Amino acid sequence: MVDSHLVLWGQTIAYSFYCLVIILLMAWFGYKITRTGKSNIVKPALFYTFVAFLTVLGVSLHIITYNTIPWAPVDLNRGDYMPDKTFEITMQNHEFHLPSETLVIDCNELVLFDVTSKDLTYGFGVFRQDNSMVFQMQVVPGHRNDILWKFEKSGIYTIRSTEYSGPRGIFMILKDVVEVMPCEGS
Amino acid sequence: MSFKNTFINGADGLFKPDSLTQMQKIVLRFVVVGLVYYGFAVIEGMIMRIYEIEPVPFINTNQFFAILTAHPLVGIFGSTYALVFGAFLFLTPYLMKKPIYSVRLANWALILLAFGTFLFWFAGFISHYAPLYTLYWPLPADFEQFSVWGGTFFILGIAILMVGTLFFIINIFKTIVYTPEGWEKQDAAALFGSAIGYTGLKNMLAKKENKKEHLVPLPVAAIARGTVDMVLNTAIILFTGVLILVFMLGHILGFDLKESAIDALLYKNWFWWGLDLIADGLVLIFVAGTWYLLAMMITGKKLFMQNIARAALLLELVVSWTVWSHHLLSDQAQPAVLKVVSGELVTAFELITQGLAFFIVLATLWSARPLKMTNPLKFLLGGLLGFALAVPAGIMQADVGLNRILHNTQWVVGPHVHVAVLVGLTMTLYAAVYILFPIVTNGAKLYSQKLANIHFWFHLIGGIGMGAFMGMAGLNGMLRRTLYVDGEFNTYMILAALSGSLLLIAFLVFFYNIVMSVGLKGVIGIFTKSKLETKELLPE
Repeated sequence: MVDSHLVLWGQTIAYSFYCLVIILLMAWFGYKITRTGKSNIVKPALFYTFVAFLTVLGVSLHIITYNTIPWAPVDLNRGDYMPDKTFEITMQNHEFHLPSETLVIDCNELVLFDVTSKDLTYGFGVFRQDNSMVFQMQVVPGHRNDILWKFEKSGIYTIRSTEYSGPRGIFMILKDVVEVMPCEGS
Repeated sequence: MSFKNTFINGADGLFKPDSLTQMQKIVLRFVVVGLVYYGFAVIEGMIMRIYEIEPVPFINTNQFFAILTAHPLVGIFGSTYALVFGAFLFLTPYLMKKPIYSVRLANWALILLAFGTFLFWFAGFISHYAPLYTLYWPLPADFEQFSVWGGTFFILGIAILMVGTLFFIINIFKTIVYTPEGWEKQDAAALFGSAIGYTGLKNMLAKKENKKEHLVPLPVAAIARGTVDMVLNTAIILFTGVLILVFMLGHILGFDLKESAIDALLYKNWFWWGLDLIADGLVLIFVAGTWYLLAMMITGKKLFMQNIARAALLLELVVSWTVWSHHLLSDQAQPAVLKVVSGELVTAFELITQGLAFFIVLATLWSARPLKMTNPLKFLLGGLLGFALAVPAGIMQADVGLNRILHNTQWVVGPHVHVAVLVGLTMTLYAAVYILFPIVTNGAKLYSQKLANIHFWFHLIGGIGMGAFMGMAGLNGMLRRTLYVDGEFNTYMILAALSGSLLLIAFLVFFYNIVMSVGLKGVIGIFTKSKLETKELLPE
């Protein structure tokens, strides 16, 4: 089961490893260029191989994430999916207006959050109890802002605005207003 | 020499402001202004770091967000633009081997940049105008949260700064193409074509015997192509400023204009298209050009794969016009095709263009070993490392899947923005400052190499450390552009603040080292009128 926790954990490992390698490489390079060596010539073939490697890396990152992160294809093709449940939410004057006090969701249900702003640009994010992010989107006035999401873990979640909307925006937090019911077999 | 004597007359009394040409003085003034505003940005950054941990009594929340609004603008325009303007107004004529087109324009560019930056900073400081640099419509015109007068002066400051930028742009292009007095007439169109890449493009399609020589050196080509992005960006910022001013003046005169007349998403696209001409355009192009120049100056050798490097600068220019959508991957109304093509695929090209520049510079340095680890070389390596860390971080967030959980988190502003700006860009600029210092000052001596070493290590460790801890906070859900009043992410923020304090110490050490190198008399002398009326860069 791939959720945002797992994706972020994978990213942390991959990027930390990369940072370590590139820092060590630069340190080695800095040391070596102050010393005489066997050959000072860099062959063009090495350069072209490096460019080809970067090209493959740049494109493959998106292919891999599209095929491994479950929400990526759903997000790009939202029109092809039928939600099990829809929540229509309004944001105005630095406040959320939810359809009910608590948004109750069944585990593994495909939920559509349809959020409208009546004045400023806001953000709509769902967070776990430990403040880590489940997902977020921008909420732009005059446009439809909708996101499909499947919660695969039960729990209580918090909603907060994820976009700056002036100093008043920092208080746009609704604590523990999303409840995902226990999953089957859990 | 005694401390007092050095403080007054500079290291060994070698810096003589009376020996400086007009252009040398202007360049040094740009450097002073750039460093002063860098100091503003660093101190503001530290205030915000502390405030994120524990709100301090003499600053309220509105002031915090006013600082957050001014901080990147002071850093980019007041500091980086000043250093870049100074360096390029010197290097363009220096490399073209002719005088600058207009000393007066260069001086006015400096005055407008310095004044415009101060005006918007001061307006924000007094009135707490804080719609952030992102200016997401209709926030800039929200006069319930912000003072309309404060906003008017804020935008006016930005507009003045942009006029100064236009003066810089005109001076750069005119210097490339004009014919100095008494010279044989130069082919302006051919020079312009070579500078922006048209000649190179034609050469690619021409037969071998019809290929034309490049009329401008590679670093000048980089300056010219980055300046093309600057032209477009300046026009967009000016237009946006006028648009906001119309709403403000309307409000002042009692006519409240309809905010919904402007489409918020279209505005966002327009804004990011323009802003990315800086972040993903001229910064990357200028940096690559500066790397190439530094590599050639340090090694005294030709650049590795020179023609590819030249072509890549043109590619980077085109890429910078088409990448803006990576800022809108979390905007659900943004068309999916723009998200994938502009936001993901074209953005991935930056990995290639920057990677290519990175490799070319390393290969050029390698070809000249053994090299002495001088200040320009070590700062150049620091700059290269900064972009090697920051560009992949940016490519990761420019992904539809990952952006869903990274957008607007501290990840974006830490490992990507701050590492790119503080480690990548600033260390590259420091390398340029260290290498140009003896040329621009007619042989002044650096006061202390030990202090230069402290400057290097504190800046490098502080910059990477701050980016890393902000990134960790972001991966754990901490948003940017907000406050956590319950101290949810204090551990990361304290570590980031400690790293930030290293950056502050590094800057103070560098500033002290430079002041002691030129002396107090020298600093004052930079701002007095030059006794050499020549348009030439260096005294004869």
